[in-house]
Amino acid sequence: MMKDMMPHFDLVQPTDVESALDLLREHGRDAWALAGGYDSFDWFKNRGKQPTVVVDLEGLDGLKGVREAGDGIEIGAMTSLTDVESDLLVRERYGLLAEAVSVVASPQIRNAGTLGGNICQDTRCWYYRYGMPCYRAGGNICYAGTPEGMNREHALFGADRCVAVTPSDSAPALVALDAEMVARNTRGERVIPAGEFFMGPGVDITRMTVLDPDDLLTAVRIPARWAGAHFYFEKVADRKTWDFPLVNVAAAFRVADGRVEDSRIVVGAVECVPRRLTDVEDLIRGRVPNESTAAEAGELAAQGAKPLNYNHFKIPLVKNLVARAVRSA
Amino acid sequence: MAERSPPIVQNSDSGAPPAGDTPWEGLLANLPGRGNVSRRQFIKGVIATGASVSAFAYFAGPAATSARASVPRLVSVNVNGQTRRVDVLPQETLAMTLRYKLGLTGTKLGCDRAECGACTVMIDGVAHYSCSTLTQRVRDREVVTVEGLESADGTLHPVQQAFIDELGPQCGFCTPGQVMAAAALLEANPNPTREEARRAMSGNLCRCGAYDHYLNGVMRAAGNGSAVAEEVSSG
Repeated sequence: MMKDMMPHFDLVQPTDVESALDLLREHGRDAWALAGGYDSFDWFKNRGKQPTVVVDLEGLDGLKGVREAGDGIEIGAMTSLTDVESDLLVRERYGLLAEAVSVVASPQIRNAGTLGGNICQDTRCWYYRYGMPCYRAGGNICYAGTPEGMNREHALFGADRCVAVTPSDSAPALVALDAEMVARNTRGERVIPAGEFFMGPGVDITRMTVLDPDDLLTAVRIPARWAGAHFYFEKVADRKTWDFPLVNVAAAFRVADGRVEDSRIVVGAVECVPRRLTDVEDLIRGRVPNESTAAEAGELAAQGAKPLNYNHFKIPLVKNLVARAVRSA
Repeated sequence: MAERSPPIVQNSDSGAPPAGDTPWEGLLANLPGRGNVSRRQFIKGVIATGASVSAFAYFAGPAATSARASVPRLVSVNVNGQTRRVDVLPQETLAMTLRYKLGLTGTKLGCDRAECGACTVMIDGVAHYSCSTLTQRVRDREVVTVEGLESADGTLHPVQQAFIDELGPQCGFCTPGQVMAAAALLEANPNPTREEARRAMSGNLCRCGAYDHYLNGVMRAAGNGSAVAEEVSSG
């Protein structure tokens, strides 16, 4: 019965960000920053990751809550997904994000899971999760990419040895909203555009974001640019609750006189990073978002897809989701 | 078959002077004027002293808080309105503490991976999976388990009664989690629509597939709750 007890680690509960950063700096790769814990505990229980020091970020009250900042808003990285979803500022101006976080996992997970954790979570590739010595785990093979590999959930685009995809629902929404990630370490603060925050295997195959082991994502800033725009979010998963996306789409449109002035269309779970479709955005700029524009947009969205053995079905999914998004504008 | 503890050997070394019941006697025996300290008493005394010195660190607890101190082992957790003192490991989950240290086995462990909801409890009135919550995180918070829902006179919580009336439980394993998820919903939203209730209950699996029964139960409990509230307010 006690088999699922996590292996021992030192738990440290700092009460200010500086102490947390010092700890991450001091222990480097032996340290683990713990937010909601739902990704972390799976790793620990399965012995997939065995940090010696776990830095519990729960006590960092400064990283919680939504506030107005500049012309937009700033959301603390430790704000729970439930709080992001129910926040009035978010709902009023950035309904796209509210909708995206509302379909993450299950209610209990959203009560504890944080926005920062949802952005920074590791990929769900089960070979990797199972502890197989794949590229991402430092080995020299990709199990999912082989002809026999179970790769129904894996990448259509941008695979480079590793075919894992980003599992986040909030990440595509944040890229679509031109958000910025605020990262801190003991040497200072960096502000990274959401579009550059995520990392594909071609850049670094062992991580999903630009964060170094001693970096902490402290906040997400969303500028006014897309506030109150027309939004579209849709997630397709095997189950309506709990599940990670097979494909999700997050889109923002500015429409004037019946024509699309500008847009952001981002697709998740088809590549290691949220895939922003700039060519589709260019295509529909200045056009009426009618049926034929939508169909064209869908076709363009799937261009260049390289399906694996079991994920061909994602191509029509991408086409249809992007077409629906454009049609809704 | 249950393991037996090894038989206690009654050591009757006859040469020693009659010792007191407590180990402290051994220490006192060291004081001038007591004389005649046996080897056994001396060792007992040393052990007792060591134990009390090392125990001090447990009881000192959070007094030693720097901004980055490690967690204490002996912690107080408020469970079902009672403050319970319990020895907790850093990596221990709330479900483990509740079930195996506090004897509150109403909370079930299904998957232990935050995928089934059987371990749902309320923390500060909000539903959480206790299998994926560190006990060290709830030191200053109020935990309510399924054991803590009924009132002092044994009246069931409206959700519990409604689940009985609607034949919610089939095998019953997921029921405590379903009860807690429903109770947390009604605490936040006493009059949910059926769709809101469905969404709030979507974090709890039922292998028997009695979802609609549970949902009916939630709606019935919400109805009863509001009826009771109206009675009270109308005097």
